[in-house]
Amino acid sequence: MLEIKNLKASINNKEILKGVDISIQPGELHAIMGPNGSGKSTLANVLSGKDGYEVSGELKYQGKDLINIPIDERAQKGIFLAFQYPTEIPGVNTNNFLKTSLNKIKKARGEKEMDTLSFIKMIKEKSNELGMNENMLSRQLNVGFSGGEKKKNEILQMKILNPNLAILDETDSGLDIDALKTVAKGVNSTRDKNKSFLVITHYQRLLNYIKPDFVHVLADGKIIKSGSMELAEQLEKTGYKGIN
Amino acid sequence: MSNQNINKTKEYKYGFSTDIESIKAPKGLSENTIKFISEIKKEPKWMLEWRLKAYKRLKASKEPDWQKPKFPKIDYQNLYYYSAPKSIKDKPKSLDEVDPKLIETYQKLGIPLNEQKKLSGVAVDAVFDSVSVATTYKEELTKKGIIFCPISEAIQKHPELVKKYLGSVIPISDHYFATLNSAVFTDGSFVYIPPNTKCPMELSTYFRINSSETGQFERTLIIADKGSYVSYLEGCTAPMRDENQLHAANVELIALDDAEIKYSTVQNWYPGDENGKGGIYNFVTKRGACRGKNSKISWTQVETGSAITWKYPSCILQGDNSVGEFYSIAITNNHQKADTGTKMIHLGKNTKSKIISKGISAGKADNTYRGLVDIGRKASNSRNYTQCDSLLMGNKCGAHTIPYMKNKNSSSTIEHEATTSKINDEQLFYCNQRGLNQEEAVSLIVNGFCKDVLQQLPMEFAVEAQKLVGISLEGSVG
Repeated sequence: MLEIKNLKASINNKEILKGVDISIQPGELHAIMGPNGSGKSTLANVLSGKDGYEVSGELKYQGKDLINIPIDERAQKGIFLAFQYPTEIPGVNTNNFLKTSLNKIKKARGEKEMDTLSFIKMIKEKSNELGMNENMLSRQLNVGFSGGEKKKNEILQMKILNPNLAILDETDSGLDIDALKTVAKGVNSTRDKNKSFLVITHYQRLLNYIKPDFVHVLADGKIIKSGSMELAEQLEKTGYKGIN
Repeated sequence: MSNQNINKTKEYKYGFSTDIESIKAPKGLSENTIKFISEIKKEPKWMLEWRLKAYKRLKASKEPDWQKPKFPKIDYQNLYYYSAPKSIKDKPKSLDEVDPKLIETYQKLGIPLNEQKKLSGVAVDAVFDSVSVATTYKEELTKKGIIFCPISEAIQKHPELVKKYLGSVIPISDHYFATLNSAVFTDGSFVYIPPNTKCPMELSTYFRINSSETGQFERTLIIADKGSYVSYLEGCTAPMRDENQLHAANVELIALDDAEIKYSTVQNWYPGDENGKGGIYNFVTKRGACRGKNSKISWTQVETGSAITWKYPSCILQGDNSVGEFYSIAITNNHQKADTGTKMIHLGKNTKSKIISKGISAGKADNTYRGLVDIGRKASNSRNYTQCDSLLMGNKCGAHTIPYMKNKNSSSTIEHEATTSKINDEQLFYCNQRGLNQEEAVSLIVNGFCKDVLQQLPMEFAVEAQKLVGISLEGSVG
């Protein structure tokens, strides 16, 4: 699904990613852990194609080079980023935004666009699964949403857009335990053998609910250790200093 | 005036039923030009006298020059003041002969093919179809006693109404461009809604093919008699191809006791090219008088076109408890300039006004909100609320907010809020990540920014306006 080899990225001449290697197969869920400032969010941004980075190395998605593909085309090809800080867009109705996004992606995939009625039916179903109040979706996008609501809204979008590769950037931070479980449930319900996940987190606790196949530790722009769930457990005990 | 032109006038005088459409007024501004216009319109004597009075006044007045956008001096003697629709044989024969850029815009707006032809001035049967459509509506309106016709027709058929109200809101001595319009106006709309009548449909020039090619000096007069209601839509969204053409229209609204007028504009005149060459000077005077108690006038404008937009649709709140509203979106891109806003003059007791202005500036454009709220001594318990938001795209454009506030009554209040923001990279990234390209993202964010105003527009207009907002900002980011 995703091949990252010797990936380097700098912003304003400052190197953040200093040669990252990760290989994600279809159906796998990889977790990336690491201290603040290690480059986790930069990795998420670079994978989704955000402007402003000087990028080198190899980045292949479904066997094809990704580096020169613009953000919207990556999204249309099935790469989804759940934002760490979902931005507010005043005046834009959440439902309308989701429908526009879904139909844009469907169109790019050559699928039939969804009419309003079927869309509303679907969104009702999916938001109920996440314990979200439907009224929230008629509000302006992320405006006045609580931290938890914003994160749930990201997971809702993931469920609706049905990506091949979902990148979750610290979706768990700032969530209470109930919201954390809901988010985990949302992720687990979308896992299948064709879909891959890259879950970026600070803490092990999310990984108790969504079992990763692999755990990588990112520090100072490099993967310093990879392993299984035990690695996350070890980190929780010893902290990042305990690695090496 | 050359001999040739005199001859033409004479010729015209005697051969009226012949091809009127090929006739042009002599170039330049003079008494003869005004007489020519008045004559061609078969106007009564009082109308000509009114025009000449305005012309006399014009000669003694000067163009205002306090506005922010400056422009090269206009040579008023080098303009045509009456250019009737070209004859059918001069029009483009098919859409193939029309500027492809224009067609592209129509397609983006989703304007049906027949309508595209009509807007481009292509001579087709569709025009005749529409005439019959217009007639159907006209019958329905006539049954209710509603008058909706070209103002030149009203001058002949309803002189008592025209005499009573024309110039009663915008006096002929008002200011240079209003005076100019009074002297040389060629056509426009006239609406009269009788007492206690709700106009059953949105009135629009769309239905009136006759005046779809009115000149640069339109005159519109709308009178809502006691207890009546009317919603009027102005303008087509057709870009014009003319270069630096002066468009100086006057619009007067009069609302009597308990009457309401809603006036919506979507203006998309030709804005000039990317380098600022050409484009319309849109210097328009729009003013409404809430003359009766409990009356209401609401202006909504979406201004996306023109090289320079310079206008202040205003309300004079004379009647007690009357309400004035102004909702505005002004978008300027490339080298466009806008200096627009409103005036709310509170004279009656318990009068209320609300101003919501959204200015969007991109490219090298400059956008100014200028507004006056004036609460008079006798306007007790009156209130104004003003909100001005500016959105900047890129770092070469400008946004300015110039509010003037005068409150002469201690029981009345004025509130003013203003914000300026830049379109946010994180918002664009978010939209892109959800599969929207740059232009779709900009359109979505800007439409969100303008939502409070867009939702004031009648449904059909709103959809078109939303698309227009996106189109007029194309190429402004990235």
